Amino acid sequence: MARTDAVAGWTMVAPACLVILLFALYPVVDSLWLSLHRSLVGVPELGTVFIGLDNYVALVRDPVARRAALVTLAFVGCSTLLELSGGLIIALVIHERFRGRGVVRAAILIPWAIPTVVASQLWRYVFNDQYGLANLLLYGDRIADYIPWLASPVVAFGIVVLADVWKTSSFAALLILAGLQVIPDDLYDAARVDGAGMWQRFRHITLPLLKPALLLALLFRTMDAFRVFDLVFVMTQGGPGDATQVLQFYGYQTLFAEGRLGYGSAVSVAVFLLILLLSLIYLRAIGSRLLERRPS
Amino acid sequence: MTRRLLLPLGIMGTVGLSLLPFLWFMLSSFKSQREIEAVPPGWCPSGSLEFYRSALFSHHLLDYVGNSVVVAGSTTAVALLLAIPAAYALARLTIPGKQGILALLLCVSMFPQMAIAGPVWRLLDALGGLNHRWGVVLPYVALTLPLAVWILASFFAELPAELEDAARIDGCGRWTTLLRVTLPLAAPGIFTAAILILIYAWNEFFFALLILTQPEQQTLPVGIALFQGEFTMPWGELAAASVIATLPLIAVVLMCQRWIVSGLSAGAVKG
Repeated sequence: MARTDAVAGWTMVAPACLVILLFALYPVVDSLWLSLHRSLVGVPELGTVFIGLDNYVALVRDPVARRAALVTLAFVGCSTLLELSGGLIIALVIHERFRGRGVVRAAILIPWAIPTVVASQLWRYVFNDQYGLANLLLYGDRIADYIPWLASPVVAFGIVVLADVWKTSSFAALLILAGLQVIPDDLYDAARVDGAGMWQRFRHITLPLLKPALLLALLFRTMDAFRVFDLVFVMTQGGPGDATQVLQFYGYQTLFAEGRLGYGSAVSVAVFLLILLLSLIYLRAIGSRLLERRPS
Repeated sequence: MTRRLLLPLGIMGTVGLSLLPFLWFMLSSFKSQREIEAVPPGWCPSGSLEFYRSALFSHHLLDYVGNSVVVAGSTTAVALLLAIPAAYALARLTIPGKQGILALLLCVSMFPQMAIAGPVWRLLDALGGLNHRWGVVLPYVALTLPLAVWILASFFAELPAELEDAARIDGCGRWTTLLRVTLPLAAPGIFTAAILILIYAWNEFFFALLILTQPEQQTLPVGIALFQGEFTMPWGELAAASVIATLPLIAVVLMCQRWIVSGLSAGAVKG
């Protein structure tokens, strides 16, 4: 019985595993292999030459890559922090009972449903220097005061963060809401009887019990923020200067615009290792709970 | 007392911030060229459909919509076809190496696209999949499988095994049991997984940009990202195209809100 189970099980799992192996795992190995070679697209006569760790040495010395790493870290830090706070506020609001809660829940899901590319164009339009909503709301018809938002490095970075926060806070909110829903009501009742105010109840009951959900939202959002690409591609193309040049965009440029397969792969592997390292740290923080609670 | 003040503020703030920017974009799609170029811009559009007409007929919008439908539809179908048996086996059967498979799935769901972009491109180049819609379906399936398997497996695990045992005793084989008993019971989970895959495939940009280079094969996100005019940015047409790309999705999300919320929290928190 156990044997037929194993055979049947593997037959059912194998097709899915095969696709994942071919289009997700093998590519990672191939990236690793490529990153140890010098290889240029469109110059086949140069071939693919094994150069060991030279690409990585070059990567560490590359000022553009170093800068992109800093911008990426700043982006991940700012956007996850704001998304978690935003998500927490939204979750607290939609956890309350009020008339029309269904409509409000649906409304906050809309930014999440909008394709990132559309959201990017949308925010580019909102911060347009002439036709934009931002200038209209701030300055009305005082056209002389209109600000070319996306032309300033710091502001452009802030706007990309804002667009990301707008787009994804509701996802964080859903994860946090699931955490809120498992907190038993009698805890609050007991605290109320003991005379705890709203802030105290939030601080001593909600926050500690919400920690697993918050950590999980943090994990998911960090991974995603590291992968930011669409926003930068559409809104700023990495500019102005290199204010919004993130690693994923730099990797894309070296790989596909410049065709440096080897070096671009080294950038990809670096991004991959960074994410792997971070997820290991997070998984330690959340404990192995995440894996244990999965179906087993 | 504070609650009475804070809650309406919170509701208004959340809903306002969520909807206002998109509402403004949508209003712009109904403006006329003169209204789009007005500085300062006005709020109320004259209700002109000029931009919809030119977006649909002078850009490749109809191609993009068709391609997105084909790509998202086939991704969902193929991913479900692969994920359902895999999830069932992981939830129900004793397979050697199960923990390994689960860990592998979790790993893949964390992959940055960049880490696999170059090799996926080379692989598709070798297979002849560049510039074909099936060329993006394959990586989409690989990348959506982990989430689909997690959601479905947690759904299967919650179904009472007694029903299946009863069917087995009545003489159903494993596959008949799966098809006749388990699948209908798991329909809500399958539906949730389908919506999430569909949304992913409809919105994905990175691989579509790399793999589909001709407007005739490109999907909506690529079309909208590369939207360009001859001299100035055609904001009106872009807004119209964006509304067309977004409305079906908003409709799906609004209709299936309940499943999406339960699916996301099942896949992520409860597991």
